[in-house]
Amino acid sequence: MSTSTLSRRTFIKVASAAGGGLVLSFYLPGKESMFAGTSKDEAFAPNAWLRISGDGAITITVARSEMGQGVWTSLPMIVAEELEADWNAVSIYQADAHPSLYGSQSTGGSFSVRGSWMNLRNAGATAREMLISAAAQKWNVARTACKAKNGFVHHSTGKKLSYGELSAIAATLPIPHSVKLKDESAFSLLGKRIPKLDTPDKVYGKAVFGMDVRVPGMVFASIEKCPVFGGKVVSFDGTKTKALPGVVDVVQVDDGIAVVATSTWAAFRGREELSVSWDEGKWANQSSRDIRELFRESVKSKGNTENYAGDVDSAFTNAVTTLEAVYEAPFVAHQTMEPMNCIADVRPDRCEIWAPTQNPQAGQNEASRILGLPIDRVMVHVTLLGGGFGRRLNSDFIADAVKVSKAIGKPVSVVWTREDDTQHDWYRPMTYNVLRGGLDKNGVPVAWHHRVAGPSSRGLVVGGSTPPYAIPNFLVDSHIKDTGVPIGAWRSVGPSQNGWIVESFIDELAHTAGKDPLEFRRGLLTKSPRLKRTLEFAAEKAEWNKSLPKGVGRGIACVESFGSTCAQVAEVSVDRDGSLTIHRIVVAVDCGPVVNPDTIEAQIEGGIAFALSALLKDEITIEKGRVQQGSYDDYRMIRFDEMPKVEVHLVQSSEPIGGIGEPSVPPVAPAVCNAIFAATGIRIWRLPIRQGDLKKT
Amino acid sequence: MASLKLSINGKSRSVEVNPEMPLLWVLRDVLGMTGTKFSCGRGLCGSCTVLLDGEAARSCVTAAEYAEGKKITTIEGLAENKKNPLLKAWIAEDVPQCGYCQPGQIMTAAALLQLNPRPADADIDAAMAMSPCRCGTYPRIRKAIKRASQAGPTVGQGGE
Ligand code: FES
Ligand code: FES
Repeated sequence: MSTSTLSRRTFIKVASAAGGGLVLSFYLPGKESMFAGTSKDEAFAPNAWLRISGDGAITITVARSEMGQGVWTSLPMIVAEELEADWNAVSIYQADAHPSLYGSQSTGGSFSVRGSWMNLRNAGATAREMLISAAAQKWNVARTACKAKNGFVHHSTGKKLSYGELSAIAATLPIPHSVKLKDESAFSLLGKRIPKLDTPDKVYGKAVFGMDVRVPGMVFASIEKCPVFGGKVVSFDGTKTKALPGVVDVVQVDDGIAVVATSTWAAFRGREELSVSWDEGKWANQSSRDIRELFRESVKSKGNTENYAGDVDSAFTNAVTTLEAVYEAPFVAHQTMEPMNCIADVRPDRCEIWAPTQNPQAGQNEASRILGLPIDRVMVHVTLLGGGFGRRLNSDFIADAVKVSKAIGKPVSVVWTREDDTQHDWYRPMTYNVLRGGLDKNGVPVAWHHRVAGPSSRGLVVGGSTPPYAIPNFLVDSHIKDTGVPIGAWRSVGPSQNGWIVESFIDELAHTAGKDPLEFRRGLLTKSPRLKRTLEFAAEKAEWNKSLPKGVGRGIACVESFGSTCAQVAEVSVDRDGSLTIHRIVVAVDCGPVVNPDTIEAQIEGGIAFALSALLKDEITIEKGRVQQGSYDDYRMIRFDEMPKVEVHLVQSSEPIGGIGEPSVPPVAPAVCNAIFAATGIRIWRLPIRQGDLKKT
Repeated sequence: MASLKLSINGKSRSVEVNPEMPLLWVLRDVLGMTGTKFSCGRGLCGSCTVLLDGEAARSCVTAAEYAEGKKITTIEGLAENKKNPLLKAWIAEDVPQCGYCQPGQIMTAAALLQLNPRPADADIDAAMAMSPCRCGTYPRIRKAIKRASQAGPTVGQGGE
């Protein structure tokens, strides 16, 4: 057992409990604390509660959005493990962003489990120790003669009391100064396949997503926005719309025209009859070709230095072999299946919001800013999310509902069409990358230069571009250009495109050096033992050295992201007409202690499907300032029958806990592209893979 | 506006609606039955799938008046029978991730199994290919359909 001293960061308190029982409040660090370093004191305000009621029910209330990643199951599992609770007595609730200042609530960066791991364990262990003390007090025996197990405290004589019976006494006891955490080898719940707690409701159609909320007196609305980013309304005519049955009102909300109706459908139809004249602004004539040209020009000069080691210029001068390639990634959209939507009820002195959001506090701030209300007059209820993937870290859809409700003085459900969702996203950045590598006479890489040009956000463009390999001289430099296109976090963020670039180019260097791509990487992973182990594990599970049927190629890639390492081996073949078959993808992942292997496997499969869609199909293009794609017919994801066989292997690991929602995404594209090269000799330098790219000429 | 009589999950419901309003919105916004989901509104994704006389129909492109006189089954109807082998299989395989596409996937699978109680892999591919899931739950959907197909042919039956 390890002893954990409860620090200010842990911040466990006995909270008052309406209806009795023991309630502990505590704090779970949010995604921001990963980036922010030290946070202000308010950040430690409680944002999680553990309650043990008199009837023995255990409820855990957390401010973490459930978007399919299974946190509503894995977070309580961690508490229940330390608490020695009966798992069947455990349930979970979503905390609202409420008047009082809560701690951070954002969900992203695969951070929910890894950021909360110690604090959840501490909370469970604290409650367990308090229940033991309560039993010892009641029986008037020594604590050491008492043991907690499966929802009861047992005494050495055989008598026992349930947690429910003990909760009221426990609530009167002081918080222990330090608690012993269980040894990881003694875990009985963590590491088991536990069905997700929210599955039955999702299967029965009872799960409540954003637009499933019903508020008395609510109406429905949809907003016509300028098809060009940043465009403004000049004038509009809603006469025809207002004449339609079901349409209640047409109102301007600064950047768009809202049609308010008695049903979502009537609101959608009303939009078709609107006539709006737009000031399309400065991006009105831009196309993706222009953006590409802008990037292509800018990489001709030296960019802003992002990261470097040694002296790249002289290393290239001395290199025996040099290689250069251009890698291009397009804008891609999130395409959550639940389109953006939000319900808001704005009153003169307060505002209540129901939203499928990854970041309720940002929504709260946005509403407070729009309405001029103090933050504590804005309440955000977080519903289930029909997919997040980073899209719902933004609050634009919350602002929409707040503005419409303010304008009409009624609660309103604002729903985006699928086309709105595709055309007004915060896209993964399009980038243009020049890669140069230099090898010495033994084929060992001595120089690496990655120059990237991309839009708006340095972090999103550059993240994950530093190679994990021990190359003595390297440089990453960047040109960040404003394109007017909104950019955002897309499942696995920077590494999602830079993982493809780094792992493809290292493969090119391996082939140029005439070396086996696995051995080449192994030799260079001297600084990253964990990544190396994961790579080797994937190779072993995929039987890297076993010969393949003729025409089948094998590719490997490994990327560390969000605190986990993931390596993948893909096996593919390409037929005469250039169509690709992915036979299987073998995945090794090291995410530290395994909370719920079932969820991990599902997340890895899901990440692979997500990444394959971007590799094989997805591209947002812009013409005359407008996004050209709209719905599932021209922005497609991989289909049921296109999903390859995925084999998941978890590395037995004593590493710190890592994320799992994102780390399986980055290695997919390079593993498949490297396999394509092995099968055909064709190198993919531009995403997505297009019809014809794989046809031998 | 028209007065329509709809038979939903074995119950007769009268609604005053524009007869062209898609069944999806009658269910969701008029009747408050939100288990059936909106995702594209153009018949492209299957999130809104219901059964009409036992066959899969995309309710976002099915006018309410067209559904009059037909037996409409929604996910809520299927879920009235918790012993339904398809739902049990879906829970046993812990299929959903975000869950948003799942009612549509389940209704699509129910229609398949009603037509073809023992589908081969290729039949499952054909039936499910036009129902995308952004979370990538495909492998588990396949397992759940197979598990259900071994349990007997009663999957399309809602509570009546
Ligand atoms: S919402 Fe009906 S098919 Fe997509
Ligand atoms: S479970 Fe999320 S879209 Fe299918």
